[in-house]
Amino acid sequence: MTPVEESLLAEPRAPAGLPAYAMELRRKGRETFRGLGLPSPRLEEWRFTSLAGLAAERFTFGDPAAPLGAAELERLAGRRLGPRLVFVNGRLRADLSDSAGLPAGAFAGSLGRALEEQPALLEPHLGRLASPPGLALSALNAALLADGAFVHLPEGCRAAEPVELVFVTAGGSLATASPFRVLVVAGPGSEATVVERHAARGTATVLTNGVTEVVLAAGARLDHYVVQNQPANAYHFASLFAEAERDASFHTHATALGAALSRSDVRVRLAGEGAEAKIVGLYMADGKRLVDNHSLVEHARPHGTSREVFKGVLDGESRAVFGGRIRVLEGAMKTDAHQMNSNLLLSRDATVDTMPQLEIYADDVKCGHGGTVGQLDPDSLFYLRSRGLPLARARSLLIYAFAREMVELVRPKALRDEVGKLVAARLPDGTRVLEAA
Amino acid sequence: MSPREQENQPILAVEGLRARIGDREILKGLSLTVNAGQVHAIMGPNGSGKSTLAGVLAGRETAEVTAGTARLDGRDLFPLSPEERSIAGLFLGFQYPVEIPGVGNLYFLRTALNAQRKARGEEEIDAVDFLDFAKEKMKSVEMDPAFMSRGLNEGFSGGEKKRNEVLQMAVLEPRLAILDEIDSGLDIDALRVVAKGVEALRSPTRSTILVTHYQRLLEYVVPDVVHVMAAGRIVLSGGRELALELEKKGYAWIDEEAKRGAFAEPAQVSP
Repeated sequence: MTPVEESLLAEPRAPAGLPAYAMELRRKGRETFRGLGLPSPRLEEWRFTSLAGLAAERFTFGDPAAPLGAAELERLAGRRLGPRLVFVNGRLRADLSDSAGLPAGAFAGSLGRALEEQPALLEPHLGRLASPPGLALSALNAALLADGAFVHLPEGCRAAEPVELVFVTAGGSLATASPFRVLVVAGPGSEATVVERHAARGTATVLTNGVTEVVLAAGARLDHYVVQNQPANAYHFASLFAEAERDASFHTHATALGAALSRSDVRVRLAGEGAEAKIVGLYMADGKRLVDNHSLVEHARPHGTSREVFKGVLDGESRAVFGGRIRVLEGAMKTDAHQMNSNLLLSRDATVDTMPQLEIYADDVKCGHGGTVGQLDPDSLFYLRSRGLPLARARSLLIYAFAREMVELVRPKALRDEVGKLVAARLPDGTRVLEAA
Repeated sequence: MSPREQENQPILAVEGLRARIGDREILKGLSLTVNAGQVHAIMGPNGSGKSTLAGVLAGRETAEVTAGTARLDGRDLFPLSPEERSIAGLFLGFQYPVEIPGVGNLYFLRTALNAQRKARGEEEIDAVDFLDFAKEKMKSVEMDPAFMSRGLNEGFSGGEKKRNEVLQMAVLEPRLAILDEIDSGLDIDALRVVAKGVEALRSPTRSTILVTHYQRLLEYVVPDVVHVMAAGRIVLSGGRELALELEKKGYAWIDEEAKRGAFAEPAQVSP
């Protein structure tokens, strides 16, 4: 173990009151992370993403009781969209949260408390999807398991308003690490929208490493959104695992705008016949930032459908990595899977490494992938400028037009407007491009 | 200057213009003067440099200007960016208008107009007032207002795109409009609408250049002067009858003559 790895495991105090299986997850996580250490570019999945920049850091654990005012919270996480749980350095903060608006029978609250109070409900699910061998970051997260968000929707429950999970890493003048953990259990035929927001403060490096597990029973439908708006001194690691039973539908939509380095791993397993998944990602980077999206969609049963669309806008010397794998297991006939990664490069020095991979072990399937790496179209730029639009406006309009398709896929209007604004705010003349829509 | 005085003043004065694309020289010492109130037609065989001329004047970067000057109302165009040329009053109607999904047509029109108004120190027009103004203009080009809610030229047919060019021209009211093959691929109805749009802008203080391969458009818009381009220069200038002659004889003889060096000095026929 290197000193930085040691520092990531050195939590100040272990949680009390967790059931034995949770303590066992922690123990295994620690053991696995000790064995693997932080991922290195020697691993195929990390070929283009080096964490060498972390070597000099020594992380402390952020104080979960750190003061956080309402105004700062709004600046970091936008306006409340619905029932909202706020986590500071990984722990639920009742003083900042307001879960009003949840439908009867549904639960959204502290994972730590749920583990203490209803351990039997969580036992079949917690850590089940997030424990495949070889995943160091998931193991690190498990090693520190203490709190997080637990969302439970009983059979047939429909939540009208989006459930918001806000994770703030509150750092300071010392490098600060904080975990986040989410477990969503969606009962048969239930429907809900869950929004994860990630932000941080602090002058020194901040590191966020989280795991989200989503379990969808037959016919359940979950729309999952991520708004990652970390500051430029942040490392952001997020691992999302979802499993969809028969006719269940899982949509995840991530907008990655910030962080010096962000890595998202999405693993979706279509475990039941006719299950459907949609994985959408929009990322923007500039300077020397790096944004890495990896995904694995596994079709295990017949008649599954999956759609994956990732779009990126890269400026400066930024880099994007996309690794998308579709795996169709034996017997998953009539699978319909498609994957797309498009990138818009705004500078000569921005780079993209994109690696689509298909692994097909079944007959009678429809699978495809595609990708583009391009620049702003000079003819379009000239057309707009020839009508008197200044260069900055013309560029902003074209960039926004490229990203807009992703923004439009956000279903709750308030969130769609907000994501649109966040995207526009990153453009040279962005404040005015929104009217274009 | 009063409109009366502006008449017969050159709006556009091009002298000795040379431009190349890569290693190939396309414009080889072209000169052209367009006075206020005039409609000029520039005709010529494919590859004679007509579209390059239109592009170079509007600031398209595909061709590089190596010599000569172009002045709009006495102001040197070449140091100006495309947007500055537009604000100075130049409008290029595109041969192939670009489709830009994600940028709304109506928004684009209003932004374009406001960019010009702002540069002239005028108040920007808001979305509500603009809608009324735009509806009037759309009527004049017989365009279905439903098109305005689409992306810019998104899914438009060839004719619809050209109508949209004329609509933009009608909204921006340029001092000099250069319409590059605005008639290509148009049916008679669309051609009539385009011609009406050009005629509507005919005024003693404006001028228009129609770049075209065919005489057909000139049946609807009668030009004051017709120029013939060959091998990067204007080789013949005359009145409307020149267009008719070209229609009858085709362009082959122009190329032949040009090859023989018959047009060493541009032939001038006063309009």
